[in-house]
Amino acid sequence: MSIRERLSGNEAVAVAMRQINPDVMPAFPITPSTEIPQYFSAFVANGQVDTVFVPVESEHSAMSAAIGAEAAGARTLTATSSCGLALMWEELYVAASDRLPIALALVNRALSGPININCDHSDAMGARDAGWIQIFSESNQEAYDNFVQAYRIAEHKDVRLPIMICQDGFITSHAVENIELIEDDKVKEFVGEYCPENYLLNDNGTMAVGPYAIPAYYMETKRAQLEALKNAKKVALEVAEDFEKISGRKYGLFETYKTEDADYIMVIMGSAAGTGKEAVDELRAEGKKVGLLKIRLFRPFPAEEIVEAIKHVKYIACMDRTESFNAQSGPIGNDIRTALYNAKADCEVINYVYGLGGRDVTVESLKSVYEALMEIEKTGDAGERYRYLSLRD
Amino acid sequence: MSRAFKDINEFNTWQEMNEGCNVYESATSQYFNTGEWRVDMPTFIAEKCKQCLLCVPVCPDSSIPVKDMKRLDFDFDHCKGCGICAKVCPFGAIEMKKEEN
Repeated sequence: MSIRERLSGNEAVAVAMRQINPDVMPAFPITPSTEIPQYFSAFVANGQVDTVFVPVESEHSAMSAAIGAEAAGARTLTATSSCGLALMWEELYVAASDRLPIALALVNRALSGPININCDHSDAMGARDAGWIQIFSESNQEAYDNFVQAYRIAEHKDVRLPIMICQDGFITSHAVENIELIEDDKVKEFVGEYCPENYLLNDNGTMAVGPYAIPAYYMETKRAQLEALKNAKKVALEVAEDFEKISGRKYGLFETYKTEDADYIMVIMGSAAGTGKEAVDELRAEGKKVGLLKIRLFRPFPAEEIVEAIKHVKYIACMDRTESFNAQSGPIGNDIRTALYNAKADCEVINYVYGLGGRDVTVESLKSVYEALMEIEKTGDAGERYRYLSLRD
Repeated sequence: MSRAFKDINEFNTWQEMNEGCNVYESATSQYFNTGEWRVDMPTFIAEKCKQCLLCVPVCPDSSIPVKDMKRLDFDFDHCKGCGICAKVCPFGAIEMKKEEN
């Protein structure tokens, strides 16, 4: 029987980490993810896990220590937010290139400046091109479930890449919700032992990790790395299938909500997807054919699969919780437009920047996005295709 | 797939790359002839050498072989010509010269 609990998102992820019982956790505290290493170090102090907890002096050191430990053959994880992830920037690329399946709990928070501790996705988007697998969670339950599935995806022999499990700072990390935990022994069995083929502390084989690659080797190595990341799509689905067997909860690369007969679709990621579903329900009650697609696996981007689910729709709103300063679209807007263009789909795509630095995302504000799509259909004029939501002007 | 060091070369395709360019053997740096980088070349003047061996530990590339407690001539496959050995030699037994060719 699963365990009924009420936990904050941070506590839920810390419980998943306890159940996984990793070998090493180097971490440095930063709001709003501080509680994760805090709860976890209590598990260490209480003897509930065998993990070596390394209280490092910065996030740069946290990821460096994680790389060293993982290369040595230890299952390693860490947690961070915002500027903490930014300070790891150099090491994030090394972890991915060295093919080290480290798990990172990212509690999304705006990057400075202006300095701000609240939620947006600019931290994760700054690491978007680092070669990590990135999975986003809507709720505390999803943050827990995604973390339990993380190592099975990252450590798979066809993947072997680091993985970032993201949840929204404060919105899910600090809100207490009802949650269903899986029993400790079932999680342990599901995650399994970490048995890498090659690792530095292997008595039966020597290896060198992360050697210098001259121009004759660098490009081939990056292409091979891309292939491993692409493989994560297939593996994530296989792992989700196994996860459903122990939890009863179903996961895919993304979730569609009332999209099949929809005329207007919103593509969104993270906690605001829940708000968006409420907006869909209210508009559906008025007879409006609206739907929502929530991205779960953001890297690798499941482009063909998403296109298949939305290409029948004429009006699409892409919701980006970050500003990427190319002055025409955000990361989700970019990826969706490219995917639709490649599929020669004829859709009007409006890109919204929303919820920056913790700006409230309400049912009303997301309903206004659908209403804007309907207005475009009525007038035939798309107007500005790159818009800000809930902005004073 | 792990490719043996002897099979790693510039004709390998991307499908043939080891994960992260990792090398699954030890002591492979000897196959990398850093001597090709050299601009200045150290010359060992054996008759001035007192075999104090001060030059040996300062060489960054372990390019001064020692046998029976005596240093031999340089390993020019790996010596980069940095000149640290010539600086520490108290007896003028190492001279730096422009590399010819």
